[in-house]
Amino acid sequence: MNDTISKTFKRRLLWRFLKGSRALFLLSMLCAALSALADMLSPQIVRVTVDHVLGGKTDSLNPLIAALVEKLGGLSYLAEHLWVLAAALLVTALAKVLALYGFRVSNTKAAERLTKTMRDTLFLHIEHLPFSWHMKHHTGDIIQRCTSDIDTLKGFISEQMTSIFRIVILLVLSISFMAGMDPLLTLIACLPIPVILIYSLHFHRKIGEAFLQCDENEGKLSSMAQENLTGVRVVRAFGRERMERDRFYAQNEYYTGLWMKLARPMAQYWSTGDVLSGTQILLIVVFGSVFCLQGRMLAGEFIAFLSYAAMLTWPVRMLGRMIAEMSKAGVSIDRIAYIMQAEEETDKGKALRPDMGGDIVFDHVSFAYDEGTEILHDVSFRVKAGTTLGILGGTGSGKSTMMLLLDKLYDLPDNCGTISIGGIDIRDIDTRYLREHIGMVLQEPYLFSRSIAENIGITRERLDMDEVREAAQAACLDETVQGFAKGYDTFVGERGVTLSGGQKQRAAIARMLTQQTPIMIFDDSLSAVDTETDAKIRAALEARFGSASILLISHRITTLSKADQILVLENGRIVEQGSHEELKGAGGIYQRICAIQSGAEEAVS
Amino acid sequence: MKKSSTKHLPFFGIGKILPYLKNYKRSLAIMILGSLMGSGVDIGVPIFQRYALNHFVGGGTLDTLPVFIIVYFAVIVAAALLNYAAAYQGMAIEVGIDKDLRNAAFSHLQTLSFSYFNQNSVGWIHSRVMSDTSRIGSLVSWTLLDSIWQLSYLIGAIVVMLVINTRLALLVLAVLPLTVLFFSLFQSKLTRVNREIREQNSVITGNFNEGITGARTIKSLVIEDKISRAFTDDTETMRRKTVRAARLRGLFAATMHFASSLALAVVLWQGGFIAKSQIGTFSLFMSYAQGMMEPVRWIVDAISDLITTQVNIERLDSLLNTRPDVTDSAEVLAKYGDSFDPKTENWEPIRGEIRFEDVSFRYPDGEETILEQFNLEIPAGSSLAIVGETGAGKSTLANLICRFYEPTAGRVLIDGIDARKRSQLWLHASIGYVLQTPHLFSGTVRENLLYGNPNATEEQIRQALKLVSADAVIERLEKGLDTDVGEGGDMLSTGEKQLLSFARAILADPRILVLDEATASVDTITEQKIQSAIDTVIQGRTSIVIAHRLSTVRNSDMILVVNDGKIVERGKHRELMEKRGVYYRLYTRQYEDEATSKILS
Repeated sequence: MNDTISKTFKRRLLWRFLKGSRALFLLSMLCAALSALADMLSPQIVRVTVDHVLGGKTDSLNPLIAALVEKLGGLSYLAEHLWVLAAALLVTALAKVLALYGFRVSNTKAAERLTKTMRDTLFLHIEHLPFSWHMKHHTGDIIQRCTSDIDTLKGFISEQMTSIFRIVILLVLSISFMAGMDPLLTLIACLPIPVILIYSLHFHRKIGEAFLQCDENEGKLSSMAQENLTGVRVVRAFGRERMERDRFYAQNEYYTGLWMKLARPMAQYWSTGDVLSGTQILLIVVFGSVFCLQGRMLAGEFIAFLSYAAMLTWPVRMLGRMIAEMSKAGVSIDRIAYIMQAEEETDKGKALRPDMGGDIVFDHVSFAYDEGTEILHDVSFRVKAGTTLGILGGTGSGKSTMMLLLDKLYDLPDNCGTISIGGIDIRDIDTRYLREHIGMVLQEPYLFSRSIAENIGITRERLDMDEVREAAQAACLDETVQGFAKGYDTFVGERGVTLSGGQKQRAAIARMLTQQTPIMIFDDSLSAVDTETDAKIRAALEARFGSASILLISHRITTLSKADQILVLENGRIVEQGSHEELKGAGGIYQRICAIQSGAEEAVS
Repeated sequence: MKKSSTKHLPFFGIGKILPYLKNYKRSLAIMILGSLMGSGVDIGVPIFQRYALNHFVGGGTLDTLPVFIIVYFAVIVAAALLNYAAAYQGMAIEVGIDKDLRNAAFSHLQTLSFSYFNQNSVGWIHSRVMSDTSRIGSLVSWTLLDSIWQLSYLIGAIVVMLVINTRLALLVLAVLPLTVLFFSLFQSKLTRVNREIREQNSVITGNFNEGITGARTIKSLVIEDKISRAFTDDTETMRRKTVRAARLRGLFAATMHFASSLALAVVLWQGGFIAKSQIGTFSLFMSYAQGMMEPVRWIVDAISDLITTQVNIERLDSLLNTRPDVTDSAEVLAKYGDSFDPKTENWEPIRGEIRFEDVSFRYPDGEETILEQFNLEIPAGSSLAIVGETGAGKSTLANLICRFYEPTAGRVLIDGIDARKRSQLWLHASIGYVLQTPHLFSGTVRENLLYGNPNATEEQIRQALKLVSADAVIERLEKGLDTDVGEGGDMLSTGEKQLLSFARAILADPRILVLDEATASVDTITEQKIQSAIDTVIQGRTSIVIAHRLSTVRNSDMILVVNDGKIVERGKHRELMEKRGVYYRLYTRQYEDEATSKILS
């Protein structure tokens, strides 16, 4: 599903995501550098204390430090007042801690700003992608990209990148501070670093594949449990509990075995790392002692060396892992860029905003999805403003496709005929404007996980309870809702009440009514409502929205018969067209269905 | 959905985990010993440095250097080996406990009654089996290992300092209680903030889901921007919460670093004079002063792990302690065996006669009595159809026959004997169940067909497929019977899955067949195939069909009409039609719909 996405596109995308967090990231890096620098100072204070203040050495003191010592009262004063040095230590510690806090907070701020930008951008983009795009992609896959891929990318920038930066800064600083004291010992102390780095890099590259295998098998085990739970009826009805248990045990055993196979190399890696870092310290201790005896080096410097080396142990071991895991981010950016590069819906025509109260005309409309078989063949009809059109047709007759085209959820290609409202080609009508003026209720309407009131008034900027109730009354829903313990505040969906099919349909009708659109489409949307309620709803519509043009898809003759004009669709063609009176005696499909539905009582007995 | 009806367990629920540790006594001992000794070596490193500084540098001699190197290196290697052992065993315990808990949860689930599955969503139960277990595993291995290691390092360091220089040690230690107090204040706040972040995260995932599955509606209502604005509000809440947590964590980390610097400053101020004579001792105090705070931080982390994992332990424990509503008595189990170890040699053959005797029934979680003093006889080999509006409670009878639920009063007799007098598995082994939404398991077609009868021959499979006209489905598949059907059988269409599930039922050759007819629309040809498959399958068996198709209903020996969860009419087709009641209306309406779609297609 990932076509090759150009590097420039990905780079620009990343840059765009980083908008608003760039300065924060810079600040966090600055803080990181400052905190590393402050880290370097305390061993120096200890060194000066041991070698110069207490040890009485006056030579080999850096002029800068010498000046500072003078400011503080001179070496002999300090020797009598060690608290001054302790205080100096605390001052550097305070600086370090402030910088560290600054780093943590600015880094998280930056990371969260970045995540928010990524999530918001992606969400907004997805909402504005054409409906055809949505039809082509799996929900689960898109959500995966929006959640875990975003997390991976965020982790890469805010954790891996900054960690690598911090570690490198720490390395550079401590090596230069060490080199300032004794270049030769620095060289010796740094010998194990490349070894540790290469070892951990190599290890994490290799173990990555094994982890992948573990992940896959965990997935298998997980879906085994999932299937057992969803299929619990089948399992019980066939009495296969034992087999299910044994199968799960076996996979569990296998999966556990995979991890145990990893236990040895992982424990080995940790302990080898211990030996390497231990050796590094040992080298410093041995050579440091020798150098001290030779007089090359002072005891305080020796202690400072040990402190610097201890600071490096963990970061160096982590660096290998960071670098090894960087490749994961590349995959994630590809997966996100794939969504971002899809083109949003745009108005290719003139984007007019005409009066939508005019006649709706389909003129020689033909249509096929993505070069597949043609769904509509040369369909032409006119719905006079304010009249009702009934549509009768089986599955695959093209009736719903017609509605998708009218609402511009699918674009009608050029030279496939035209659809016009009030004489204006809908290609030239502003898409949002068009949809705002067409209300549509589906057979299986989608409700949002919000309260019933919020669902009904979802298209309104501000919730007006009178308006909501009025719409609900017209849709014969008010009474039902009043019956709920929480009334209109009842939460719909996973965390709340599950509405029946008929209740959902009526809620969707109420939702459409608040839009007060001049065009209304009922796509088989009264199917789950009983005949009586159906009639009531239609009477209410007639009374309140008499001037609206209505397109009504239904199987029920009682519903269709009131329409001003009825179309019968078969395999994408209009096979019959006329009023109920005309069609019921025309000798076609409509007449036959009429006969069945009115004479069903006789027919069955 | 039952969220958390559990009460808090004492000691973070650790007591519930102890039995599972039994199998890992040896590993546990090695891990604990390894980490104790390992931390001992960690404590030793500054002592070596002290020796080097005091003896070599201070004493001006290298006489013992070779021995020093050998001993030091030996200690490093010993530490690594101990670390190896502890880490290896820690891993063994983690994955082992994970495995045992998962197995326990899974096999217990196989015995729980349907009411449990109706009250708890699959997703909820699934995370008990998969995620709760793994959190508990890592608690008893890594958290334990680290706690022991760090705690013993802390204690060891304190002891060494006290021995070498009591006064300085006490001064350094003064920093400790302050830090502990400070951290414990943080800890509960941090746990709460972390939970809030997790919750907000699932809100955002839910929003993505809604924004994508509801795309069509969102577009036609032109509320893309409104929905996106609401989304932006939620991501903003997430950002604010996370930043707040970062401030807390940042403050936490800063305090820890400052505390270790404070300890270091104490060493410098009060211990500086030692450096003159004993530079090594000074260096040792420096190391411990700085290293001391790390264990404190770890212990705070461990406590917060304990608190978070407590919830997992409690949930898993409540799952493992849920008793099934339907159980077999001890005598029944002794004779017939349980679900995992059936004693098939004691099983009587079944004829398939079912009788309801004064049965009353109410769902365990419901308030309404659905059946009252209900009597019905289904002779062996006859067919019963249950009809009614969707959601009218038609599956209740089927649930009772299958003994997925038991009557609140009265009895269900199978072949004249109370169903409770024989084991559930005995009954289930003789019942075939074909679901409205066919459920296949991942694996090959063959594996799925053999699900009800693992010993069926190739010939029997072929016959069964032919009987339900599913042979055409197999021919179409590239690898025939060995084709993988994908997760939940997703590689096949609903109609195909339906046909295969009939074949599966036939292979199991049950005496009693319960069939929940599909309402979903399939194309006409498949529809016809399914209909003839149903006719074939119910031949010669006792069948209970939750019916939607007219032909099934018409030919049944007995029809029950359910309305609002109650049985309102019963009789044969003709009798019911003459009554002109609920059945008549239902049938007429359905006739209309079917005839209309037949004409339109």
